[in-house]
Amino acid sequence: MKYNSVFDIIGPVMIGPSSSHTAGAARIGKAARNLFGKQPSWAKIYLYESFAKTYKGHGTDFALAGGLLGFETDDPRMSKALDIAKENHLEIEFIEDSSAVDHPNTARLLIGDKEESIELIGISIGGGKVEITELNGFELRLSGNHPAILIMHNDRFGAIASVTKILAKHEINIGHMEVNRKDVGKEALMVIEVDQNVEDGVLKELQSADHIIQISKLVS
Amino acid sequence: MFRTVKELVEMAEKENIQISEVMIRQEMDVKEKTRSEVFSEMERNLEVMEKAIEDALQGVQSVTGLTGGDAVLIQKYMQEKTPLSGNLLLDAVSKAMGTNEVNAAMGTICATPTAGSAGCVPGTLFAVKNQLNPTREQMIRYLFTSGAFGFVVANNAFISGAAGGCQAEVGSAGAMASAAIVEMAGGTPQQSAEAFAMTLKNMLGLVCDPVAGLVEVPCVKRNAAGSSLAIVSADMALAGVTSRIPCDEVIGAMYRIGKQMPSSLRETGEGGLADTPTGRLLKEKIFGMSM
Repeated sequence: MKYNSVFDIIGPVMIGPSSSHTAGAARIGKAARNLFGKQPSWAKIYLYESFAKTYKGHGTDFALAGGLLGFETDDPRMSKALDIAKENHLEIEFIEDSSAVDHPNTARLLIGDKEESIELIGISIGGGKVEITELNGFELRLSGNHPAILIMHNDRFGAIASVTKILAKHEINIGHMEVNRKDVGKEALMVIEVDQNVEDGVLKELQSADHIIQISKLVS
Repeated sequence: MFRTVKELVEMAEKENIQISEVMIRQEMDVKEKTRSEVFSEMERNLEVMEKAIEDALQGVQSVTGLTGGDAVLIQKYMQEKTPLSGNLLLDAVSKAMGTNEVNAAMGTICATPTAGSAGCVPGTLFAVKNQLNPTREQMIRYLFTSGAFGFVVANNAFISGAAGGCQAEVGSAGAMASAAIVEMAGGTPQQSAEAFAMTLKNMLGLVCDPVAGLVEVPCVKRNAAGSSLAIVSADMALAGVTSRIPCDEVIGAMYRIGKQMPSSLRETGEGGLADTPTGRLLKEKIFGMSM
């Protein structure tokens, strides 16, 4: 089910005016920041359909910026987020895109710094609830209801086992797991939803497991 | 976990508990939280709603100047004249609109289920409160009951204007409110479902056509319509009137209508009232100025 909590319906507490365009956008921005693992220094944000048509008046731009800065939906600094981003040396460019998309409130974010970058697609499905539907070209369906670990790895024998072995050792329960690959033997992505937040120490250990390229986590 | 209104009502009837109690137990179960944790989280939402209404009755103005001040006008009218539609109804209208005026002014609100439709649930709650004298716990339960019905709509149809038009947004909000009024007034779970169905039925087909794409015109006044319909439908259900089309089928109809709507009528600001001469003029004026 898309919505699993009563607080998805009654809530979130937020700064107006639109739960999809403002609160949802802030959460997409924050998910992107979490997946990148730090504050990016630049962001290119493509907006589609209703997001593209009405983002200025709804504050979708400052909300996405606020999310990239790590703000919650009710952060009083939200409406000043574009200025705060500048002060924090975060350059953001917004692009209205007319390409066809599956959901009317879609944003594609390319974020990065001097060293690395990621690309993700987020949709705002209503009432402030969001889903991340694509990461670095991999399709996924992350609800953000649970913490998750995303692991880019090489599609090799034993890669998945080495990861689950470490999780088992730390008594971390897997709620849901998906594995996606670009082609046999190529880059692959493991998405593991877990019940509790994963400590950085565990992430470090995972990083050193066999065939792992990059790890990020999403805190619910 | 309930998926439909039918299941929700059956769960309440089987255990002989209120709809709000079904929602509370499910939330405790899904999130592995205690009753008091779940209650205090909802109480925080209630406090935000109360504060938004207080602010609105002091008078607020949106950045664009399109909305603001109407909640105050209605309260003044209620004091000076005898409203034709009655004090309770107009009080709900004023408080619902006020909440959305605060939202349009980029104040802090609680999305119920969305920001654009944030007025119906608190507006009706703080109006019926004066007549039903609920305890604080009953007021919090009002939000759980609203949430239980919204939960079904969100999972079986949609709650955003961009996805399903304003019927999905203010339609759901008003219907959620009417189900909660029934419970607070002592009605049965089935009567809550009847009230919900009757409100949503009367909102079917409602398009999302915000002027300049903003959650202001006609959104603020549609929350007035949603909250007044909520009260009327609650009264009808409490009187024993039933919906000939079952609640879940009404939600299904809403979903299919939303799917059939062109995107110009789903929050793009390109059709309906947004596409009137005045709507277009206002858009030019607003985006001509610095926001």
